[in-house]
Amino acid sequence: MADVGRHPNIELLAYSEVENVAGYVGNFTVTVRKKARYVDVKECTACGDCIDVCPVTAPDEFEEGLATRKAIYQPFPQAVPSAFVLNIDECLGNNPIACGKCLEVCDKDCIDYDDKDEHVDIDVGTVIVTTGMEVYDPTELDEFGYTRYENVITSMEFERLINSGGPTEGHLIRLTDHKQPKTVAFIQCVGSRSENKGNPYCSNICCMNTVKDCLLIKDHYPEIDIKVFYIDIRAFGKGFEDLFQRSKEKGAIYIRGIPGEIEEDPETRNLKLYVENTTAGGTDCHEVDMVVLSVGVHARADSDAIQKLLTLQRSQDGFFLEAHPKLKPVDAATQGVFFAGCAESPKDIKDSVTQAGAAAARANRLMMQGKVSVEAITSTIIPDLCKACGICVKVCPYNAISCDTKAKTPAVVVEAACSGCGACSAECPFGAITMKHFTDRQIEAQIDAMLEYNSQDKVLAFACNWCSYSGGDLAGTNRFQYPPNTRLIRTMCSGRVDKKFVLRAFARGAPIVLLSGCHFADCHYINAVHWTQRRVEKLWDELEKKGIRPERLQLEWISAAEGQKFATVMRAVEDLRQKVTPEEIEHTKKALAGVLEPPKPKAAAKKATEEEAAAQAAA
Amino acid sequence: MAKLDAEGEQLRVGVFVCQCGHNIAGTVDCEAVAKFSETLDDVVAVFNNKYTCSEPGQLEVKNAIDEHNLNRVVIASCSPRMHEPTFRATLAGADLNPYLLEMANLREHCSWVHMGEPEMATDKAKDLVKMAVARARSLEAQDEMIVPITQKALIIGGGIAGIQSALDLADAGYKVCLVEKEPSIGGIMAAIDKTYPTMDCSI
Repeated sequence: MADVGRHPNIELLAYSEVENVAGYVGNFTVTVRKKARYVDVKECTACGDCIDVCPVTAPDEFEEGLATRKAIYQPFPQAVPSAFVLNIDECLGNNPIACGKCLEVCDKDCIDYDDKDEHVDIDVGTVIVTTGMEVYDPTELDEFGYTRYENVITSMEFERLINSGGPTEGHLIRLTDHKQPKTVAFIQCVGSRSENKGNPYCSNICCMNTVKDCLLIKDHYPEIDIKVFYIDIRAFGKGFEDLFQRSKEKGAIYIRGIPGEIEEDPETRNLKLYVENTTAGGTDCHEVDMVVLSVGVHARADSDAIQKLLTLQRSQDGFFLEAHPKLKPVDAATQGVFFAGCAESPKDIKDSVTQAGAAAARANRLMMQGKVSVEAITSTIIPDLCKACGICVKVCPYNAISCDTKAKTPAVVVEAACSGCGACSAECPFGAITMKHFTDRQIEAQIDAMLEYNSQDKVLAFACNWCSYSGGDLAGTNRFQYPPNTRLIRTMCSGRVDKKFVLRAFARGAPIVLLSGCHFADCHYINAVHWTQRRVEKLWDELEKKGIRPERLQLEWISAAEGQKFATVMRAVEDLRQKVTPEEIEHTKKALAGVLEPPKPKAAAKKATEEEAAAQAAA
Repeated sequence: MAKLDAEGEQLRVGVFVCQCGHNIAGTVDCEAVAKFSETLDDVVAVFNNKYTCSEPGQLEVKNAIDEHNLNRVVIASCSPRMHEPTFRATLAGADLNPYLLEMANLREHCSWVHMGEPEMATDKAKDLVKMAVARARSLEAQDEMIVPITQKALIIGGGIAGIQSALDLADAGYKVCLVEKEPSIGGIMAAIDKTYPTMDCSI
């Protein structure tokens, strides 16, 4: 930690938050809000004079609320930067009648009650997301009585109690009588591996954390009895089994079974644990002095903000989703962005450090080249067809298109800013925007090829590259089986799927057309998926007016993590397909026959003809 | 009849059907798919590979591009999200613009999800190749934009992972900006007493 503070190449912005990210790989501009700290970080020497005079006390978050701090405080003794912070909501303020004491005693004048938040823009080439995780709050699990029984604590609270720098200076005590417990029980998988309350996944770190805690207790107090209630002990890492065995040798008793209920003896404040011993059989009651809930971890509640800023994806468990689970485990799908630590999945310190090294190496690999090639999937305006209506400007999530609607000059795309979703191309009413590598002609060729024969047996599904197509890949990797009637056409974003593609598919005899894209929060192109929804809603109306059942056009949001959902949707659309009659298909083909007629000559074609005529005349 | 592409060049499509060992060939009749591919417009060469992504597989693609003067390549194998970068590089190695590649996903979207229905899966595979060839015929060469990279990294979060990433990059000579929401770095790790497996202090 101290190395970070003094490294000449590291600029540390503590008490700050990323508020905006613009740009793309190699060229991100990040806006950071430096929150008002009310204490000058550079000047403060953490002498502590202000603490002595501050009259306000508040629960100390670092000590899990087991101790108090002042309104001006240092988060913990080894904090980096080594400077105080003032909680302005708790502070009595710069009113000499009310307080202002800290200001008076501070020799270096580093306290400023009028400090304001400050915004700074930073240009960076790569981003590593190491936002970490949150610890599960077991209050909702009534059976364990956390917060109802004072002697039931969490493993994080235990950490502070056993820590020599903690509120008890490392003396393990019960909270009710401040006496050393004779028996301590640990309950594993609290908030983990549960289909009901908490999380369904294994939190990875809690088994070994408890093994460690058992050893700590036995090192300090060999006389304390320890009982660990568990489902499985997962001690799979290097050296882990040794530690587990050592804790048993030191006397920790492991009992297979999770207590169904805890009762408190109102007099002794001891706790009775009722548990089914699944190894020996039978239900037992264990009376202990203290219970430690070995709590799991979950994704941070504020992950949404970072997810949107960097257009990331998250797996079903809420943690950030890597570009590939085996081959790109620290890369985000967004180029130039990497993950490390618990932001990606629950992991211990060693794995976090390993992954951090990997993420740094991946970022280094990009940056050391000095330049990067960006996929040539961008939009281009056909100036002759553009009527300068300005719709594309509104559609573009990246503000990459500009258009002077008054001067009626054709729109212009800034290619470096275009990310290639294609929503502009699909929304342009004049066909004046071409999406490179996903042109109308290319997509229509796929539609026509698919539906040339036996169209009545097939479902056409458009899938966006980042979510739905990947969801389909995941269904494959997991071998989730579904009927073989669907054919996917991949576009970068579902926002690229032009209305005319859907109508063309119906005109070619498709019984069912499915549009699938990212969930709104997952959209790789900020909010381009909103245009998909708007377009489909309009299309439903249009189909209905033409006597075509709107149900034949399906819209589904499938994330890259939803392989199971992908398979379910594929089964559902096949069920729908079977209900579409040949007569219905024929009727649709007739109703939409006009869609297949070649487009009328447009300005460009006319101009070309004129030029040709002029050339001929010249010849 | 062979068509001309936008550049006025005669279209010459090569199709490579990958068996992926047993992964695709275990369900899909790859030979039938290859045979069917020969009937598609502008397809001038069809190959059946055991592993197209392997070194010999890629060499076969390169040689075929040279030998048959291919100007469009369709690789019917796994997901483009898996191997599109691989095969784009193969094309580039044969002096063909990487954007003249199209992939048909016969593995994740076909053989692995229709394991009990080999005939239907083979029909679907044929359609997927047909669609890929149709798209390939109208693909155009693209030039990628080369942009400079700012020699600075942003690390969001100052827990153990952020600290380690920041130090590694800073030691490698890059400027690093480490943003932490809380008043101090250290994260959850800082609150932990001893850490396993070394049983030493966390800070």
